Amino acid sequence: MADVPSDAPEHCPGTQSESAGKVSACQGCPNQSICSSGAARGPDPGIELVRKRLESVKHKILVLSGKGGVGKSTFTSLLARGLAAADSDRNVAILDIDICGPSIPRVMGVLGEQVHQSGSGWSPVYVEDNLSVMSIGFLLSSPDDAIIWRGPKKNGMIRQFLSEVDWGALDYLVIDTPPGTSDEHLSAAQYLLNAGLTGAVILTTPHEVALLDVRKEIDFCRKVSIPVLGVVENMAAFVCPKCKTETAIFPANTGGGSKMAMELGVPFLGSLPLDPRLARSCDEGTNFLTDVQDSPTTVAFNKLLKDVVEACEESRSS
Amino acid sequence: MLSGVKHIVLVLSGKGGVGKSTVSTQLAVTFKDCGYKVGLLDVDLCGPSIPYLLNLEDKDVHQCPQGWVPVYADKEQNLAVMSIGFLLKNKNDAVVWRGPKKHAMIKQFLTDVYWQDIDYLIIDTPPGTSDEHITVMENLKTLNCDGAILVTTPQAVAIEDVRKELTFCRKTGIPVLGVIENMSGFVCPTCSECTNIFSSGGGQSLANIAGVPFLGCVPIDPRVALSTEKGQNCVATIPDSPISAVFQDIVKSLTKPRVGADDTSS
Repeated sequence: MADVPSDAPEHCPGTQSESAGKVSACQGCPNQSICSSGAARGPDPGIELVRKRLESVKHKILVLSGKGGVGKSTFTSLLARGLAAADSDRNVAILDIDICGPSIPRVMGVLGEQVHQSGSGWSPVYVEDNLSVMSIGFLLSSPDDAIIWRGPKKNGMIRQFLSEVDWGALDYLVIDTPPGTSDEHLSAAQYLLNAGLTGAVILTTPHEVALLDVRKEIDFCRKVSIPVLGVVENMAAFVCPKCKTETAIFPANTGGGSKMAMELGVPFLGSLPLDPRLARSCDEGTNFLTDVQDSPTTVAFNKLLKDVVEACEESRSS
Repeated sequence: MLSGVKHIVLVLSGKGGVGKSTVSTQLAVTFKDCGYKVGLLDVDLCGPSIPYLLNLEDKDVHQCPQGWVPVYADKEQNLAVMSIGFLLKNKNDAVVWRGPKKHAMIKQFLTDVYWQDIDYLIIDTPPGTSDEHITVMENLKTLNCDGAILVTTPQAVAIEDVRKELTFCRKTGIPVLGVIENMSGFVCPTCSECTNIFSSGGGQSLANIAGVPFLGCVPIDPRVALSTEKGQNCVATIPDSPISAVFQDIVKSLTKPRVGADDTSS
């Protein structure tokens, strides 16, 4: 049973069970009175806290992918930077819930920053006046530190991130996730669906190995009823800087992201070509959109950005 | 548990999409071609890629009195494969599980699969340092695990996550056999210009800092992606690719009689 605490007495019926606090195994358990009063059976109090905290956030976008290394963090950073640059009155924030492999601090160029506590919660790290970032990377003392946690601890951390960060009034909160369909995703979905989640952008690369996992992620979104804003295909074609020949590094043998989106009945937002300068700019934490304006990736992204904003507005009004 | 298995090799990386599954399958196939009996266990429950990479997508797992019979990739039954992909009804089905269920599944994979006598068991893992990894590590504690191969790509974003995986290996006492740098450079097929799409040299410097052996660079070669997707051994199909040499070297170094196996754990 999932709701049996790890330090519970033997034969604990589980905190959510009808007989919690009432069976013989509960005798002598320090939490017996709480269990028998029924308080533990109520909904997670965190859900209400998250809802309250995120009330002042207009759009909450999840960036998901079943596959790792397809560019979730890169896309998250581009999206946030793009949204923030388009309108200086727009407040944008990134929340990185990849607990085991946080990449956002590096990609946003705020590696080694610290978060501070105040009366109203944790203050995020500001990259621009209207762009703030929160990640577990800021809480680690050394880049070598590994977070070796099982699910429940990760969930606790995510709940804290969602309910205790002092974002202020936000127009967009972009949430970067780890690959998979497990603890982090379930927790994020559970808390955010009650707080008015706008939807999810699904990232993929064109080859079948990635699409396999991404189909599972779309199935996950259906199962937990997260609205899908659309699919973005990253690392599509590579243009040789010398001879300008286009090569598909991750060949789309099965039709790529657009065909998958069509088959599964979700919108396809567009393709981003592979530009080595983008990888470098992520490593250095610089703003790719302003630094390399002539890149085909920048051009494709700016077009895509409009579609994402439109999809968000639509999702909100419907 | 795993009584007939002589050696266990883990394939790890903190980062996703760096080629763990590709490295695992190529390693398994190379071992098999060298005449060993090999098992390949995929503990990536949310995104199993091994069935696809070995062209075994529609195969099923059967039960026998000794446990689950793995799927064999060849007629001679020298390459046995186990993955959650074989247990799903529909390949689009998502496995939406929290930690405890994943833990139970992996435990079953480790205890209930009837591998028979195999020389090498290669375990392919998901990215991260969480439930799956802790479970595998806990269960292998009592067994003779040869160690882990870390896969990375050259860019700093990936190296950062792999450093965390190295710390995980250190903390849990898994010897590190070495680091492979995947997707190093891309040679344009038209003009032969080599572009370092994800920069270069990251794997070598990581190995230097951590004091672990560097096993080699694998360049981006779309032919490798194609041949892995057909379940072929790229060592055999494209012998001129540097990837063949890398895998042959790894197999050689793993199969040679180990003197003072603890040297690799430092």
